[in-house]
Amino acid sequence: MTITVQKSNGRVTYSLPIEGVTLLKALYHIKKSEDNSLTFSSNCRSGVCGTCAVRVNGKEVLACSYTIQDGDLVEPLTYHEVERDLKVNKQKRRETLKSATAWLQAPQEATITPEIVTISEKQSDCILCNSCYSSCPVLEVNPNFIGPFALTRAYRYSSDPREGSVKTIIDNIQTNGIWDCTLCGNCTEVCPQGIDPKMDINMLRATSSQFGYSDPNFQTMDFGFGGF
Amino acid sequence: MIDILIIGSGGAGLSSALEAKAQGANVLVIGKHYPTASQTSMAQGGINASLGNVTPDSVQAHIDDTIKSAHALCSVKMVKELCEDAPKSIKWLEKIGVPFDRTNEAKVAQRQLGGASSKRACYAQDYTGLKILHTLYDTCLKEGIEMVEEHFLLNLIVKDKVVMGATFLDIITGEVKEILAKNTIIATGGYCGIYKNYTTNAQGATGDGVASVLRAGGVVSDMEFIQFHPTALKSSAILISESARGEGGYLINSKEERFVDELLSRDVVARAITSQIDEGQEVFLDLRHLGEDRLLKLMPQEVRLCKLHENIDPAKELIPIKPVAHYSMGGIDVNEKLEVRGLKNCYAVGECSNAKVHGANRLGGNSLLEIVSLGRRAGKNAVGTISKHTYESNNNQRQKDQEYINSLLEEYPYQHNFYTIQDELGEKLYKHAGVVRDNSELNNLLNEIRVIKADIDNMGIGDKSRENNSNLVEFLEFQNMLEIAEVVLDSALVRDESRGAHYKSAFPNEDDKLYKAHSLFWVEDGILQNRLERVKS
Repeated sequence: MTITVQKSNGRVTYSLPIEGVTLLKALYHIKKSEDNSLTFSSNCRSGVCGTCAVRVNGKEVLACSYTIQDGDLVEPLTYHEVERDLKVNKQKRRETLKSATAWLQAPQEATITPEIVTISEKQSDCILCNSCYSSCPVLEVNPNFIGPFALTRAYRYSSDPREGSVKTIIDNIQTNGIWDCTLCGNCTEVCPQGIDPKMDINMLRATSSQFGYSDPNFQTMDFGFGGF
Repeated sequence: MIDILIIGSGGAGLSSALEAKAQGANVLVIGKHYPTASQTSMAQGGINASLGNVTPDSVQAHIDDTIKSAHALCSVKMVKELCEDAPKSIKWLEKIGVPFDRTNEAKVAQRQLGGASSKRACYAQDYTGLKILHTLYDTCLKEGIEMVEEHFLLNLIVKDKVVMGATFLDIITGEVKEILAKNTIIATGGYCGIYKNYTTNAQGATGDGVASVLRAGGVVSDMEFIQFHPTALKSSAILISESARGEGGYLINSKEERFVDELLSRDVVARAITSQIDEGQEVFLDLRHLGEDRLLKLMPQEVRLCKLHENIDPAKELIPIKPVAHYSMGGIDVNEKLEVRGLKNCYAVGECSNAKVHGANRLGGNSLLEIVSLGRRAGKNAVGTISKHTYESNNNQRQKDQEYINSLLEEYPYQHNFYTIQDELGEKLYKHAGVVRDNSELNNLLNEIRVIKADIDNMGIGDKSRENNSNLVEFLEFQNMLEIAEVVLDSALVRDESRGAHYKSAFPNEDDKLYKAHSLFWVEDGILQNRLERVKS
């Protein structure tokens, strides 16, 4: 079987004597025995550290959780600066967590029932692999878009009854935030943890309207009547 | 100058950073991976605190269980303080937003783990470590703590045993940097990575901090105590959490017979499994009777990992398992203030350290507790001593390290493939310094490691690129692994008894007269030295 890797200096096709293994195992096989220079990132091997996300045949996967198929094309994440081969710089994208102020703003005492835990149980499974970010078409037109993982995290904290200042989070995700999302659902499709950022963004929109915000795109639409 | 340099961005590093920052210090966290990519993300089962939310419990019971499991190699004082601080640690984690599971009474939910006399482990499904780590990270962002990734620790900068900071390889640029600090906290994680392919650990668990302390003239201790987790997937060594047994999973052999009480401590269960395997049996974890709904609710991660790595549906099929290296109890020797023995202005915390809280065998749920509770303590203590120190750079260590990196990139030959040697070493360590040990096998392997070390100059790296060279980083990690493996073997040889996770078939009993003692190792004039130090009772 062969797989092709988009290296920094062009595509390289490697033949593999193994099959039915994870992509990460295959990449290490190549690195150890054939091409020491093949560069990729990984750590835990079990899908929780978020390090090894790449694209296979155009779709984001964790290398440690994807079983290779003959003819696969492996590429680095999109909308990330490629440092070398499959290794990308994620730090710049993590800055979005700061823009979204995705943390508990003003902790307060609260009663948390098992039902409340389930509200953000999935969202707090996020491993920051950046797959969602790579799949997001909004980044094509607005590189400053806060993006799916940071908005999901903002939702996680905004829905926590321990949050004493939901408004602060909501205020901070209005510009380049929830209203820029096209609700295409790519992020939901690629999330290895089964998180649904599209739904979270919808929830944040609903909360925003409670705080008096509305869709700025809606306000500027003229519905073909040439404006009012 | 930075007040406190924290090397390692896992749970211990981030906890100490938050505490140090809260105390008003200027902090830098630096690590070889991104924060949140650490081993902490892999901790599943829970974090111990005697809250008694589900079954009656007490701090004393937590202390007693921990001491019992430590087989006399712990500090009673340290254990007592850790267990007393546990409920406060949970409260702190709750305050920053960790989404623990809840009971119907809206209390933090707790589950049973092996060796515990009560349901004591607070959990968040089977993502306890992940959720704690990410909440710590979010809080660090909130507090404006500077975190730098992709910097590989090379050496501590030491003058007259005083640590003034450390040198790092900037992985992206290939440049060696010097970072000076008034105090340094090492929180670089454990060293089970030496058991390559026979460990549940992340690839990065190569003991970089422990090796750096050895090279700097500091002391390491109890390095022979490696915990083998009873239930890793047979072909991939991926961990299946102890909670699988805590929730009622069975261990059975090829004859579908149970052969051990699944909730005994990890060392006992791991030996029982190894003895079955030595008898030619296959060993399985059986979760079928728990039912699909319950499995998906309680351990969704386990279900997914079984399907991916073994093509097994745990609701319907038996899971083939083997014990593999999971946790290093030994490490950098620290005192009660978490200061590194033999060095000044240097602290160590978390799995890289030996704070004498786990002794010969760690209890499940106590390591997450250690990184949070002692992590914060390290941060606090380090702040308490900062005002006294300022240093001037002499650049010596940086230059020396840069020259070595340059030589690897420009001069060193590439005659032997170190990756192959690393894989072979992992298997040999598992076979000969694993669950059951034997002196002649340990001796032979020790000699082999010394031969490999002597041959290191003939290995080098194939990739000569300066920037983003993971081949270079992995070669540097391999050298750390060799240094650590040598001490582990030497340390295992010294201890002619069986205690906790260290088991020798020729010496099956504890020998308090000779070995109720910590094994200390350090390097003096280039030679590895050791002695036993009696445990104060």
